[in-house]
Amino acid sequence: MERIDSQLLESVADLHEVPAGAYNIRKNGEGFARQSTANIEIVSKTDKPGIDIIVAPGTKNESIHIPVIITEAGVNDLVYNDFYIGEDADVLIVAGCGIHNSGDEKSQHDGIHTFHIGKNARIKYVEKHYGQGDGKGERILNPVTYVEQDEGSVCEMEMVQIKGVDSSVRDTKAHLAAGAKLIVTERLLTHGNQYVRSDMDVYLDGEDASSQIISRSVAKDNSKQIFHPNAIGNAKCRAHVQCDSIIMDDATVSSIPAITANSADAQIVHEAAIGRINNDQLIKLMTFGMNEEEAEEVIIQGFLK
Amino acid sequence: MLRLENVSFKVEAEGSILEIIDNVSLEVPDGEFVVITGPNGGGKSTLARLIMGIEKPTGGKIYYNDVDITDLSVTERAKLGIGYAFQQPPRFKGLTVRRLLSLAAGSELPVDECCGYLTSVGLCSKDYLNREMDYSLSGGEAKRIEIATLMARKLGLAIFDEPEAGIDLWSFSMLVESFKAMSKGSHKSVIIISHQERIMQLADKMIVIADGHVRDSGTKDEIFPRLMGEFNENCGFRGKEG
Repeated sequence: MERIDSQLLESVADLHEVPAGAYNIRKNGEGFARQSTANIEIVSKTDKPGIDIIVAPGTKNESIHIPVIITEAGVNDLVYNDFYIGEDADVLIVAGCGIHNSGDEKSQHDGIHTFHIGKNARIKYVEKHYGQGDGKGERILNPVTYVEQDEGSVCEMEMVQIKGVDSSVRDTKAHLAAGAKLIVTERLLTHGNQYVRSDMDVYLDGEDASSQIISRSVAKDNSKQIFHPNAIGNAKCRAHVQCDSIIMDDATVSSIPAITANSADAQIVHEAAIGRINNDQLIKLMTFGMNEEEAEEVIIQGFLK
Repeated sequence: MLRLENVSFKVEAEGSILEIIDNVSLEVPDGEFVVITGPNGGGKSTLARLIMGIEKPTGGKIYYNDVDITDLSVTERAKLGIGYAFQQPPRFKGLTVRRLLSLAAGSELPVDECCGYLTSVGLCSKDYLNREMDYSLSGGEAKRIEIATLMARKLGLAIFDEPEAGIDLWSFSMLVESFKAMSKGSHKSVIIISHQERIMQLADKMIVIADGHVRDSGTKDEIFPRLMGEFNENCGFRGKEG
């Protein structure tokens, strides 16, 4: 593997070498390396670009890595990844996209992920986005995520975009059957002239479905962030939406959490806050001997952890 | 040793000049445990903030170990060994108590050491190490953690602004013991702003600040009876009863 490849893989998937378990590595719009296991099958789609990942029922403690790396300018990659998680399975899925663009043309990756999570299955999905390279070409990532959760399933999603992505429009939709649980944590840091928009619709369709949507973000320089999560309760259910942002410099943050109840037994709460770093927080850390920049860094790191 | 020479702090409010601190001179020799007391709004907290560098004096000089620190920043004073515990500690989302104590100490602290500091402020350490220093903590809990952050540092001068405020009676006894231990050595000098008799009893020296001036200073045996006497005189109800 080349140096830039391994650097990007480390940033988006914490991979230092070829991972254990099932994996599919996509590079510059083409399959680069793949491995299926006895319980997890990865096959190419025949009708469009992308893969199907089929996890056998009852598969426990296995992991699937599907990182995407783009190292060339001018790549416009669209990929469909469909996950079929069998009943009672319990797996970790690590996705993520790293773009190294040192050219002047834009590079773009639009990943469309669909999750079909079987009865009582459990997944943890971690997705990191990262961009680097000193070219003028933009680095663009527009992920679309659909989640279908069967009864009693649990889906925990952690989506992180910390550095170097110029523009990102994220669209997430989830449907939860009875007793299903969805926890989404979104962590974002934007700087320069970056733009991020995240729309999220979570439909709690079955009795006792529950969801927690947490968004934490830091907006620096002239960057712009828009959050619009909506929890829709169609049955007796519980949901909590929380958007929390630190705003700095000349950034703009717009937080529009929405809640909709179509059942009198739905209990849905939202809260949202945007504010600058408080002066007392900075002073407190400066009384430990840090300078203002170091104190700011500690506060941001803690907030996004 | 800390020395304030004719320190003043004026602010402009609604067109008039307010003298929060007016020409204050005082000394805190190495190894002394000094309690600053006085009526609310008298300038005690401002004095503490001037010493830490959070506010800059509008007149006068501040010396620490014979170095003029009047124009030094908070960071520079912290590096010289001055520490300050807030009356109302700031909260940090995502920062655990353990991380905060480690940041105070300047290096990652072992669990045992963190537990030691938390126990000495009356907190059951295992419940708190991984809690976040955010608004899920009560005022009293945050306050005790704030005090623990100063214990985690080796300071030449530790300043506590009303450490007893918001702390329950049971934890307060524990805290008094910790301050007593502190007066015997972990920090060279300690300044505590307090209204509590039991904390005043620990003092080598007491300073009474009122209306931005040093109204009185001396040993606790000199000051304490005068303070109580003044209270009786000023309080008509008590005067009649007595």
